[in-house]
Amino acid sequence: MDFELSDEQNMLKDSVERFVKDNYSAEARAKLAETELGFSQDHWKKMAELGWLGLPFSEEVGGFGGTAIETAIMMESMGSGLVLEPFLSTVILGGGLVSEAGSSAQIEAIIPEVIEGNMMLAFAYAEPQSRFDLNDVETTATKSGDGYVLNGHKAVVYHGTTADKIIVSARTGGNSRDENGISLFIVDNNSSGVTRRDYRTIDGQRAADIKFEDVTVGADALLGEEGGAFPVIEKVVDQAIAALCAEAVGAMQAANNITNEYMKERKQFGTPIGKFQVLQHRMVDMYMEAEQSKSMSDMLAMKLGLDDETERRKAVAAAKAQVGQAAKFVGQQSIQLHGGMGMTDEYSIGHYFKRLTTLEMLFGNTDYHFKKYAALAS
Amino acid sequence: MDLSFSKEDLAFRDEVREFLAANLPADVKDRSDRGLHPTKEGQVRWQKILNGKGWMAPNWPVEYGGTGWTITQKYIASQEFGHASAPIATPFGVSMVGPVIYTFGNQEQKDKYLPRILNSDDWWCQGYSEPGSGSDLASLQTKAVRDGDDYIVNGQKIWTSYAQYADMIFCLVRTDSSAKQQEGISFLLIDMKTPGITVKPITVIDKEHSLNEVFFEDVRVPVANRIGEENKGWTYAKFLLGNERTGIARVARSKRQVERLREIAKAERCGGVTLAEDTDFINKLTRIEVDLMALEYTELRYLSMIASGKQLSAEPSLLKIKGTEIQQRLTGLLVESLGMYGAPYEAERAYEGRNEAPVGPDYAHGPMAEHLYLRAATIYGGSNEIQRNIVSKMVLGL
Repeated sequence: MDFELSDEQNMLKDSVERFVKDNYSAEARAKLAETELGFSQDHWKKMAELGWLGLPFSEEVGGFGGTAIETAIMMESMGSGLVLEPFLSTVILGGGLVSEAGSSAQIEAIIPEVIEGNMMLAFAYAEPQSRFDLNDVETTATKSGDGYVLNGHKAVVYHGTTADKIIVSARTGGNSRDENGISLFIVDNNSSGVTRRDYRTIDGQRAADIKFEDVTVGADALLGEEGGAFPVIEKVVDQAIAALCAEAVGAMQAANNITNEYMKERKQFGTPIGKFQVLQHRMVDMYMEAEQSKSMSDMLAMKLGLDDETERRKAVAAAKAQVGQAAKFVGQQSIQLHGGMGMTDEYSIGHYFKRLTTLEMLFGNTDYHFKKYAALAS
Repeated sequence: MDLSFSKEDLAFRDEVREFLAANLPADVKDRSDRGLHPTKEGQVRWQKILNGKGWMAPNWPVEYGGTGWTITQKYIASQEFGHASAPIATPFGVSMVGPVIYTFGNQEQKDKYLPRILNSDDWWCQGYSEPGSGSDLASLQTKAVRDGDDYIVNGQKIWTSYAQYADMIFCLVRTDSSAKQQEGISFLLIDMKTPGITVKPITVIDKEHSLNEVFFEDVRVPVANRIGEENKGWTYAKFLLGNERTGIARVARSKRQVERLREIAKAERCGGVTLAEDTDFINKLTRIEVDLMALEYTELRYLSMIASGKQLSAEPSLLKIKGTEIQQRLTGLLVESLGMYGAPYEAERAYEGRNEAPVGPDYAHGPMAEHLYLRAATIYGGSNEIQRNIVSKMVLGL
């Protein structure tokens, strides 16, 4: 049993931390978030050059062969700077689905392009009625000739705005909440019949609601087995949850550091507010939440490779529930301890609060994952 | 980073499991599972069995009788002990004064006391708190005045757990009243049979006798019984408190409490279904269980850091705070799970000579006693508020 990083992992951590330090000052990030794209193509190219976009892919396709542990190391450091580039959407979700379920032709066509930084992906799974249930799919894919026709409405597709290809879950059989009968399709974002409503999210990112009206795709758009996509979706979403937990840990640690420093500088009643015991204890509680989250995030990264499915799923639900709870607490209390300063859009702490707020809800909020854990534990 | 167990680890787990199945006395296991105070006889009997196996002091260096276990093996052993409700050794000897003796004591003291701790020949108690010195421990007033080769000790200690069983007490005493508070304290080992020592029981809110007042009136203690240097006792006392915090999380015991709650919930009925099907109850249990998992992996992460040579500051205070909060939430929920049978309660001695068991289902005997006693968990070992002060100062620099 060992929680320490190898030399190679420490190098990765140092290198991501350096990238964040050089490129993600609070001012630089605020500027970037206001651009139309919402992130930087230059940063994306740089990430490709550093090999990061190939992190989880096998060496045969040109990747680095990393595990969930390397992903967590990277996400934690990115979280500390609230990095905006669509690493999670493109590499972990999109790339994860293609490499898990794709034919060798699909993998060869897409993964090297992702690694090079030439192709972005997004995963359209949620629907207006589905809330957090991955099996609640009403979008349909009907067989037509050699291919399929897609109809439906996908909700809050992170980075659906900039993705070249969208991976869509759609029903080829079964009823609207069945786990069986769900299939995945790779759809070009500019296909005829695809209508997007692009918008900004509270965490400075970009997302879209996407409507599919009689969108025709070929047989080669089917990703994996027809009707059998659900286990793959669950597996890749578990990987995304582990990545988000790590990102939240980085963001919480950064928010705590900013707040802690502020408490040493800000004076009231002639003394730094950090000298007041009631505020000290609040800060200690925030610190403890971040520490517990770090432990859960590390635990999950290590357990994702487990063969024991129930153990693995319990680890996912427990980690997301605990981290979500902590993210809410740390984000909200960071604002509180800053007083009025915490309310200003110009100051960095509010942006941490906003990202922590969305991290709590993405892929199932705290209540959702507590219920999931309870069902698995009983 | 790696959480997997090696083949050797799994073999070790089987060894511990088999040892406990074959050697843990049923009466000792039953009291421990219910959360009742140990009897002296039962606890000593069990600790002698542990010492026979060489497992009395897993955290001691091998040269003094430690097991030499890796952190993974220590984790496995504590999990198995918790699951089997096997009591861990009373902390006062093996976890508290033992490490002080082998770290700061002289050869004579090591030779004299360490084997007796391992074999449970001496029952130790802790002379720290005084009526006027609780969280503000360094304000203690018990005095030791040098007289030839002896100190003459006068004063009073309080909240002394199991002093009524004790053969020895380790005591913080003031040897220099003119120095700054923390600089005039010495650390003495005192034989409880020395003339002038009186132990008075304190009845606790669980109606049992586990705490005491200990009075010292002109008690002669050989200077040879002082640990380390005169007036440096605070250093040794802090070292001891630091050691105390790591074991205090009691994760394995709390995991067993979760199992008990699930067992009871299957037997209790609520609104026409079992309590295990009641969503409010399950929601509460789940939240504790997830917090417990976070605590478990935090403890392991810290142990891993220590094993790799990293220096921790006050991080283990977190284990104390979270561990004791979880213990209290669990005993609170255990009592809640009993419904009306949470209310009937008598001190254990009330049953002596009576041929009847406590009223209610068998599992109702224990939870309230433990719930009452464990209100102390967030107070002892440095209250949780003091722990937060420590983290604030040492880790956050506030």
